[in-house]
Amino acid sequence: MNVINISSSCNSDFVRQVEEESGQQLSLCYQCGKCTAGCPYTTEYDIPVSQIIRLTQAGQKELVLKSKSLWLCATCESCTARCPNKIDVARIMDVLRHMARREGYSGVKTVKTFWDSFLHSVQKNGRVFEVGLLANYISHTGRFWTDFGLGRKVLPKGKIHFKPSAMQGKEEVAKIFRRYVEESTK
Amino acid sequence: MSVSLTYAYYPGCSSTGTSIEYDMSSRAICAALDITLTDVPNWSCCGSTPAHTVDHTLSSALSARNLCQVASMGLTAAVTPCPSCLSNLKTAQHRMKNDSFREKVSKLLDKPADITVETKSVLQILVEDYGLDKIKAKVKKPLTGLTVAAYYGCIMNRPAEIMNFDDREHPMAMDNIMTALGATVVPFPLKVECCGASFGIPRKDVVMRLSGKLLDTAKEMGAMALVTACPLCQMNLDMRQEQINSANGSKHQMPIFYFTQLMGLAFGLSEKELGIDKLCVNPRTVIDALGMEGNSKEKSQ
Repeated sequence: MNVINISSSCNSDFVRQVEEESGQQLSLCYQCGKCTAGCPYTTEYDIPVSQIIRLTQAGQKELVLKSKSLWLCATCESCTARCPNKIDVARIMDVLRHMARREGYSGVKTVKTFWDSFLHSVQKNGRVFEVGLLANYISHTGRFWTDFGLGRKVLPKGKIHFKPSAMQGKEEVAKIFRRYVEESTK
Repeated sequence: MSVSLTYAYYPGCSSTGTSIEYDMSSRAICAALDITLTDVPNWSCCGSTPAHTVDHTLSSALSARNLCQVASMGLTAAVTPCPSCLSNLKTAQHRMKNDSFREKVSKLLDKPADITVETKSVLQILVEDYGLDKIKAKVKKPLTGLTVAAYYGCIMNRPAEIMNFDDREHPMAMDNIMTALGATVVPFPLKVECCGASFGIPRKDVVMRLSGKLLDTAKEMGAMALVTACPLCQMNLDMRQEQINSANGSKHQMPIFYFTQLMGLAFGLSEKELGIDKLCVNPRTVIDALGMEGNSKEKSQ
């Protein structure tokens, strides 16, 4: 069991910031553990979601933001649906990974690369281009055999396109990303 | 006199690729029910999960652009087959009720964000706006003899305050439609359990475990097939079923239909227009076991 000296390591700015960005009141959590009990990903987590909330209450910024759990949450909303105090736990997990990104934590590389490749595809094409997304992911992770075996099954179905969908106005989507970067660096 | 139902239709990115049969069958059954779907002009991606894991303003702006497109059509209601698209559109609308958040979103757009459009899933308009009784009346070939489990996935109904549809733990919309079509629906305790979502590529092992559990349980409950309403769920269960079998040592050959495909079959639409041939796990045996009764009913009419 890890013992933490809360009085010397509590970052109260962190607590305030999480509450502000998530719109949730952390002190409402009384550690019943229902979120963890229903979390389909808890076996993959390094810190269960209820403990993430407890550590956040206690202002343990670094422990929380370096946790792999943040990157393995699929936002399935089980925790939010079941919290007896109506805390939007999934939204807190979302906000924590925003903060982890901003603070430069590497997270789970494959997951982060996949999400980044997805958004890169949207920024470039306005819509997700599945083959391009996979190629980008593979080039950044070196995982050349990713879903290699699926080709035989899926190609004959005519579901896979080798060109991005032609949409008018994709420049408007690229602008959203550009403005987002400008606004967040202001 | 009944007023015909008209909606702006937002297909979502997967409808152009891996879930093309969901798009085909959604359009086909709406046409059969005289529900008018007009494509949102130049719709773009909602950002799906990756956008909201990066930033909520960015995520909402990607959705808000599409809501502006709907408003420019002069329509007030939009419909999408995909729960992930719907969740993003609805979450954006919900958060933009806050003025300062809406201003932040508008700064990323060419025009101010619109908050007047109502959004629903194809499943939701069918049960809420069209109605089960009328669906039942359209059945030409009842799915008698087909035993299915209805799997909703995790975000069709959650969070309840935002999705505002059916029950968050025990939804019944698809169960009721399947019953109306003449199918037998088994109780399925994992209706809203996650399938592994978009971890198929970065953490396939997780999908193998979670989707494997769904297939195992559906089989134990006596289902011949699973019925889904989500492109990602369907893809994990259908396209990855062989991977799941080799990872878990299972031998599933369970067809994974979109509920719209089974509606189409019951309405007597052709397999081709419902994209039945696009499914990876061959549903032939299951479909061939049906139909006789429907055909004979048709002949007797």
